[in-house]
Formats: sequence, C-alpha cells, structure tokens
Amino acid sequence: MESQQTKSHAEPISYSTYVLVWLALIALTSITAVVAGINLAAFTVIVALLIALTKASLVVNIFMHIKFEDFIFKIFLGVAGFTLFVIFALTFVDVLFRR
Amino acid sequence: MSEVAQEVNHGEHKHRDDQGAKLGMWLFLFTELLLFSGLFLLYASYRFFNPVQFHNAGLETHTLFGTINTMVLLTSSLTMVLAIAALQRGKKWLSVSFLSGTILLGFVFLGIKYFEWTSEISKGLYPGSPLLLNKSNGEILFWGLYYTMTGLHGLHVIAGMFILSFMLVFILRGSVNQHDYIKLENAGLYWHLIDIIWIFLFPLFYLIN
Repeated sequence: MESQQTKSHAEPISYSTYVLVWLALIALTSITAVVAGINLAAFTVIVALLIALTKASLVVNIFMHIKFEDFIFKIFLGVAGFTLFVIFALTFVDVLFRR
Repeated sequence: MSEVAQEVNHGEHKHRDDQGAKLGMWLFLFTELLLFSGLFLLYASYRFFNPVQFHNAGLETHTLFGTINTMVLLTSSLTMVLAIAALQRGKKWLSVSFLSGTILLGFVFLGIKYFEWTSEISKGLYPGSPLLLNKSNGEILFWGLYYTMTGLHGLHVIAGMFILSFMLVFILRGSVNQHDYIKLENAGLYWHLIDIIWIFLFPLFYLIN
C-alpha cells in the first residue's frame, strides 16, 4: 500500500478496462454515423440521442469514475440531473403547447 | 471513506481533502452543464418551430469532419484516463506521454475545426453574411446556434488544453505525483465534460438531417 491517504477507489482500474470502453465509444460513434444515413423518419432523432446518452453514461461512469465513487457523488449527479430534467420538461411543455 | 486525507511524511503534517476537492469540481461541472443546457434548450425549441429549415441547414454541415472530431475527442479522453492510471502506478514518464498526447489531440480537434469553419465561411455561411440573410429564419437560427455552440465548446477545449499544460508542468516538477494527483484527476474531469458536451453537439449538428 502506498500510504494511508483515502482513495476514491483502492484498486486502480486496469488499462484494458479503459481501452475497452474507448472501443465501445468508437463503435457507437460509427454506428450512429452509419444509422444517420438510413431514413428512420421520426426515430432518427431518438436513436441518435439514445446513442449519445449511452456514450455519455460510459464516459461519466468509467472515465469520470462515478461508478467507483462514494454514494454522495451519485446523489450530487442525481440532483443535478433531475434539475436539468425538470428545466427541460417544463420548457418542452411550454413550447409544445403554445398557441 | 470520505474523511479528510492525511499524509505524514518526515514529520511534516499535511492536511488534504481529495474527496472535497473532487466534489467541488463536480459542482463546477454542473454550472458548466447548465450553461450549455440553456443553448441546448434554445436549439430544441427553435428546431421544433422550424423543423424543415433545420433539416435543410443540417445537410450543409460536414458530417465527416464531425465524425472524425468525435473520434479525436473520445481518444483524447482515453489518453487522459490513461495518464491518471499511469501516475497512480508511479509511471511518471508514461503519464507525461499520455498527457502530452491528450493536449496534442486537442490541437488536432481545433485544427479540424479550423478547416471546417474556413470551408463554411468561404461558402458564405457565417452569421450576418449576405447569403445567410437571404435564407429563411430557421436556417439563420441554425447557423447562429452552430457557431455559438461549437464556438463556446471550442473555447472550452482551449481552456482545457491550458489546464492540462499546467498539469504537465506540475507532473514534471513533481508536485503532482503518485501520492497526490487530485489536480490531475480534476483536470481530467473537466476534459471529459468537454467530451460529453461534444457527444451531444455531434448528432444535433452533423447527424440529424
């Protein structure tokens, strides 16, 4: 053990985990670029945003270590995420039901 | 687990709170997220009111440049975490190499951005251009948002590269090292946030059309 200081995670994550996540991110980018060429009508936006959300959650969980952090970090992220969701939902309710 | 970290070396008593530093960084990242969310809201609303114009304007962006830049940023995020992982294992020079790679990929991203914007501006597609002013309101809005959002994101890339350059100096001087690397971790968090924002900008401006 290196010292008695507290670490967010005792075991450092292996290089290969990071490389695998990176491969998944690159694969998802290729898929989303290819799928964009196919006409999915109304689903185009949803599919593209779902892939973007998947990529973002990979980055947040693994690259930004949220998966391995204390519970308080998850609460922080949850509160921030919920706040953003409310802001978006309220704005969309306004925009969609104008006139 | 999240108590104040203490390190005792050679009788010298140092007080540290890595968890606190990291929580503070996350709070800052949330304010950044809110800043960009306002622009994403504008995009969503204007797109809702001008679906056809946004579709047509979106056809003019360079999907290939956007895709390559996405891969460049994702790869820079990989080298960023590898720089931290290497330092955790005490491999200073490996960490320095990965961090330099991250900064280099930042330059690559900005370089591609430069060619992209140059091509669009030479086509006459820039805010207030005569060509754009003759187009519909929806297309003017699309290009306004395009330059504002990718521009603000680009400024964040530049800021991130400054921060990472400081980290490089800190690692070389040894003030950021195997036993104290919270600064590098927080700089990494900032870099990943920039990556995440681009992950959402990419489909909205380059793919959905």
